[in-house]
Amino acid sequence: MLRRNLGAALLLGTALLAGPALAQQRDLTIVSWGGAYQDAQREIFFRPFQQKSGTRLLEETWDGGVGVLRAKIQSGANNWDLVQVESEELLLGCEEGLFEKMDFSALGGADKFIAPAVSECGVGNILYSFVLAYDKARMQEGPQGWADFFDTKKFPGKRGLRRGPKTTLEIALLADGVAPGDVYKLLGTPEGVDRAFRKLDSIKSDLVWWERGSQPAQWLASGEVVMTDAYNGRISAANQNDGRNFGIAWKNNLFTLDSWVIMKGSPNKAQAVAYLNYWSQPDVAAKLPPMIPYGTTVRGADAKLTPAVLADLPTTPANAEGALQINDQFWLDNLDTLNQRFNNWVSR
Amino acid sequence: MSTSRIALWAFGILALVFLLAPVVVILPLSFSAGSFLSYPLPGLSLRWYQDFFSSDFWLPALWNSLKLGAATAILASILGTLAAFGLWRARFPGRQAVMAVLMAPMVVPAIVVAVPLLLFFGPLGLTNSFTGLLLAHTVLGAPFVVTTVLAALAQFDPVQLRAAAACGANPARAFWRVCLPQITPGVAAGAVFAFAISLDEVVVVLFLAGPGQRTLPRQMFSGLNDSISLTVMAAAMVMVLLSCLLLLAVTLLRRGPQR
Amino acid sequence: MLPIGTFLARAVQETDVPPVLPRTVAALSSWDGAGLPGDAAFAALADDLREARQRDQETGSGAIGRASARLNNDWPGFRSLLPATARRLATAQGDARQAVLAASPEWNSPAPWAAIRRAGGPVSDFHLLAVLDLKRDAGGHIAAAPPDQSIFRAVLWRTLWISVSATAIALLIGYPLAWLIATAPPRWAPWLLAGVLLPFWTSLIVRTAAWMVLLQREGVVNAALQSLRLTEGPLPLLFNRGAVLLAMVHILLPFMVLPIYASLKSLDWRLPRAALSLGASPARTFFRISLPLSLPGVGAGCLLVFIQALGFYVTPALLGGANDQMLSYFVGFYATRTVNWSMAAALSCLLLAAVAIVVGLYARLVGFEKTRTA
Repeated sequence: MLRRNLGAALLLGTALLAGPALAQQRDLTIVSWGGAYQDAQREIFFRPFQQKSGTRLLEETWDGGVGVLRAKIQSGANNWDLVQVESEELLLGCEEGLFEKMDFSALGGADKFIAPAVSECGVGNILYSFVLAYDKARMQEGPQGWADFFDTKKFPGKRGLRRGPKTTLEIALLADGVAPGDVYKLLGTPEGVDRAFRKLDSIKSDLVWWERGSQPAQWLASGEVVMTDAYNGRISAANQNDGRNFGIAWKNNLFTLDSWVIMKGSPNKAQAVAYLNYWSQPDVAAKLPPMIPYGTTVRGADAKLTPAVLADLPTTPANAEGALQINDQFWLDNLDTLNQRFNNWVSR
Repeated sequence: MSTSRIALWAFGILALVFLLAPVVVILPLSFSAGSFLSYPLPGLSLRWYQDFFSSDFWLPALWNSLKLGAATAILASILGTLAAFGLWRARFPGRQAVMAVLMAPMVVPAIVVAVPLLLFFGPLGLTNSFTGLLLAHTVLGAPFVVTTVLAALAQFDPVQLRAAAACGANPARAFWRVCLPQITPGVAAGAVFAFAISLDEVVVVLFLAGPGQRTLPRQMFSGLNDSISLTVMAAAMVMVLLSCLLLLAVTLLRRGPQR
Repeated sequence: MLPIGTFLARAVQETDVPPVLPRTVAALSSWDGAGLPGDAAFAALADDLREARQRDQETGSGAIGRASARLNNDWPGFRSLLPATARRLATAQGDARQAVLAASPEWNSPAPWAAIRRAGGPVSDFHLLAVLDLKRDAGGHIAAAPPDQSIFRAVLWRTLWISVSATAIALLIGYPLAWLIATAPPRWAPWLLAGVLLPFWTSLIVRTAAWMVLLQREGVVNAALQSLRLTEGPLPLLFNRGAVLLAMVHILLPFMVLPIYASLKSLDWRLPRAALSLGASPARTFFRISLPLSLPGVGAGCLLVFIQALGFYVTPALLGGANDQMLSYFVGFYATRTVNWSMAAALSCLLLAAVAIVVGLYARLVGFEKTRTA
């Protein structure tokens, strides 16, 4: 008799453990880019929002790629609600119906944001640059620009680049002496793409590929690479928080912005909008740049920043000079093709 | 002792050092007062364990792992025992095929289980759910239960079942009252194996779990990918302690039945 | 089983193009393949694309994207051709033929149409050929894929090579260790065995993490080497083939030791002793008697190690570089980073085939009756 009860108890236990999961409505899931950036977001946005609204919030980390979003939606297994995407992912995903339309009236009007931040499916979130970074502690005379990045005689050692064609091909052409204004004209031709890959071939054995935004700073710190391209904010954050002495060569940095999108069919749309409303208060949005120097998209937020903080932002005129704005339209048309070529090239 | 014997000992000890040293060497790092992953330690502290137990991620992940492991052990041992009993009793045609299908998860690469389940569970709403993970881990763990239970059944004399039937017990009752008590150690060993498989598993969780179902190994995988902090080492320590407990459990179960 | 079966079937099914271009595929079935297809095909294409685009935008199903990815593998250029044509057709009016040609002049050649017909399904060997770096040319004959698209043979050899190496090294280390444990005095044997069992039960992720920490640039190994003044600067030990292999051998070694130990343990030690007393040299005794008698254990160990090595995912992902990734990685890559489930399925078939061949060979040569020891 005892044994029978035991068996019944076991079955009941299994049912109890499994039961709630079936009925459970999942919590708001915000997907960001990890490392120092997400740590900052957690402290100034996520936690205070949770406390204020009583909404439970789950965090996830990703490292980009429209294929990931496609796979989420098309496998029917989407578990993300609010995602920070890059500009070409915003356009591609919007075109392919991966995102909900952004309802700016629910966010207090499109005027609340700077003009480039307003689009059909997303709201701009941060302005940032891909910059050339190195460790001053190891190198007194650092590289000045992308040409030095490819100069393995003058600067021997491994260098890091972001795994993927976007930014990599632009950097290769810039290093090859192409003017920022001509980069996308050239990349639009097969010869231009071949030229970029040839340039990359010249240092292929010295390249290591990062995927997560936290890796460049880590690799610089450990000496794994002598220089790398990186999100500008991660480099400054490492100087600020971890006592590093990294240098940034702003020359011909690649400038762009990321946006928040709400995934198609999200069951937590209302909570996502509530979060966006919380974050887009100028007072709240202005808390980010002092933690990690990314430009804000909320009108009025920059006015609350000190000159010291502004100096590190990619939007500051001194830093923005000669910058190449990443061309979303080009990548909208060519990302998939070049992705495939890049992936075959890199895994050979 | 001959020279060849000494050489064998030396080689064997070296091999054991190779097996044990990596884990043994890194675990003390988790007690470091500093934040670097190398020796000498600047001092001893429990700060990384504090971090582990107070963070938003690690403790829930540990809890998820234990919950999932326990549920997998229970479900896999029920289904695995029934399957093993059926295979042992019935000599039906195609028995070999059924056996092969049951055992397949032992040899099929994890990724070839994870990706199909992702696509299969997606439309059913079983991804990002505890239930989906439980089903997947049960499939992976059940073969081990079948193996241990079949081994236990090999020691069991089927005449006893006929005797029970002769005394008026129906087959289910006969199984429950006569057979099961004698194969319990086998079932229990299988359950521990299933628990261990679930606790160790990363790939299926990587593909099927949502952020709400992250297990300890999955969280470690993120930690290793993102930035290896000493909190990851603290998590490793917790995992090793759990493994030791499981090993102890299996050893005791093995010793038990040798009456 | 059912999910895996339906998934693997995707390798031969054409699931991407027919749902997007049903009328076009039907219209092309009567086309002779020479010259341009008739007006009906153009009209069908325009209707299909308009409808598919609207459906995509409503549901996020991304069907046009997947169809164009599939067609692009056959005829490069489709990746932008199909979505761009769909986008432009959405607003175009009037005659379908002119509208399609205005959207892109590339429709003015038979090649893209032929690619659509080839992908019209319902089944084809396209993806299975693709994972062997093969494709069908315009005449339907099997030919090698262009070199800049050929990666899978290299990945397959890499997977097999890493697995064979891991198995061989594990055998070289594992056999003497198993021998030692089996012949050690009873007082020591349990401790030696525990030394194998403990890592065996330690989680794979923990052991991978251990190697990551040890081999880091500023990790334990480099620090030790430098303090012993064996090396000048830190060595790049991580993210290469050696790190992957080292960790795999470490993780898989117990699977080699335990079966060999079991078979040595059950060996009748009177036989080698008899050989020795009859004057055979120790080496001869080992190779003629002890080794053959322990072969079932060796076979089982090699099988276990090799099969598991074939499917490794986590360890290469964490310890390897871009060109150390094995088949499993590419299955995951195609499933979750590019939405190409057919390729993921075809690669899974390749992986399963490798496993099946090994298991089959084993069953043939050794048989499973002798296994099941641990």
